[in-house]
Amino acid sequence: MALASFLDRSRTIAPPGFSRWLVPPAALCVHLCIGQAYAFSVFNLPMTKLIGISKAGPDDFTIPELGWIFTIGIVMLGLSAAILGRWVEEGGPRRAMFTAACCFGAGFLVSALGVSVHSIWIIYLGYGVIGGIGLGLGYISPVSTLIKWFPDRPGMATGMAIMGFGGASFIAAPLSVWLMGQFATATHVGVMETFVVLGIIYFCFMMVGSIIVRVPAEGWKPAGYMPAAQPKKLVTDQHVFVYQALKTPQFWCIWVVLCMNVSAGIGVLGQASTMIQEMFPGKTAVAAAGFVGLLSLFNMAGRFFWASLSDYIGRKNTYYVFFVLGIACYCFVPYTGEVGSVILFVLACAIILSMYGGGFATVPAYLKDMFGTKYVGAIHGWLITAWSVAGVIGPVLINYFRKYNLDSGMPKRDAYNNTMYVLAALLVIGLIANALIRSVHEKHHMRGESLADAIDA
Amino acid sequence: MANAQTGSGNGLKLVLAWGFVGIPLAWGVIKTLVNALKLFQ
Repeated sequence: MALASFLDRSRTIAPPGFSRWLVPPAALCVHLCIGQAYAFSVFNLPMTKLIGISKAGPDDFTIPELGWIFTIGIVMLGLSAAILGRWVEEGGPRRAMFTAACCFGAGFLVSALGVSVHSIWIIYLGYGVIGGIGLGLGYISPVSTLIKWFPDRPGMATGMAIMGFGGASFIAAPLSVWLMGQFATATHVGVMETFVVLGIIYFCFMMVGSIIVRVPAEGWKPAGYMPAAQPKKLVTDQHVFVYQALKTPQFWCIWVVLCMNVSAGIGVLGQASTMIQEMFPGKTAVAAAGFVGLLSLFNMAGRFFWASLSDYIGRKNTYYVFFVLGIACYCFVPYTGEVGSVILFVLACAIILSMYGGGFATVPAYLKDMFGTKYVGAIHGWLITAWSVAGVIGPVLINYFRKYNLDSGMPKRDAYNNTMYVLAALLVIGLIANALIRSVHEKHHMRGESLADAIDA
Repeated sequence: MANAQTGSGNGLKLVLAWGFVGIPLAWGVIKTLVNALKLFQ
């Protein structure tokens, strides 16, 4: 009973004098943990040697088997964010963050059991299904709360949280490697103990976020904040119910915008290491790893930079910049290979990756502009399915075209040229979808009882 | 209904909260930056 009361939305209403700047760290507590998913690949090699220890044994897991763990996790992220979005929105951020902490922590513990008894299916259930639900709940849980606390700068607020998701792998990868080193013995690779420790650490870290988080009292406004007297054309002060939003063309245009932006970015990110080594013979694997790290930094920084900028230039204009500048950068990459300029190549890829991250971070504020704040978290949950689709489109496209070019006898260093033009074409589709976005028709707005019920909830 | 943004007791909470998330993130970013420099060596 005490726990149910603690998690209740009414218990999270901020008292007078509460600083809204305590809410972004609460969100970061969650996103800095769940973004660990990006670093899960550090376990791949050790998990192929759970039995063989020094090298993979005949009964050890294979890389394709292990690859499914991450895939299931990302699919569950999309599904849980979509299906449980309304539950998150109506139950409040503390209940959602607490549940996310339980699922994400438990995912590691169940996976540790799977490693201990050497069952891939238990690991799929643990990190993939249970942990994946934690990923989805955790990803969307602070979004609408941040938007409500920062009506003057919603892009910056959500950008801070989603930046944490991009930066989490910087902590998770070295921490995981260090922990495995501590637990490894001559007869043991240390993965099981590392999972247990990570599960406990992440649970505690996320719980801190759920304890800190508060929602503003109804009608609260930041000191000195005055909503624009003349509402902007693409910024509504009305609210759209989550399932009604799915019936609007605006939702699907933003879905295409996000999907195309992410597909193109993933296409580069997933192949960055091999791309720099094949386009610039002489670059070592160590240098390529440094390149991937640099791109990850731009991915993280872009989330904060572009989302913050969108508060000043508008969401639609920000995505115009992503697509126009992105098309220019993708078409420029083959030229950098021709002239052999690593600096220009790195610069173009860094800009591309900053806009890839920026696309994730700016979209919650775009949804808030179009559909209002009442169900923005739940609508964002449904939009996450665009990420899942993009996760398939981007890598498949770049792998297919690279193979096609190599099979056609093209030199390795030129094999990426056509692919870059295809990825630029994806951005053209995104550019058109963005251009089609207009304000939501008033017939979709919530009115009367439904709005009052939503406010009560 | 506008409230004061930061009461006097909020300062310490803000330092602790931002330090709690900022220190590990800064550690990870510095480690990644050091590795990234290998690209230009």
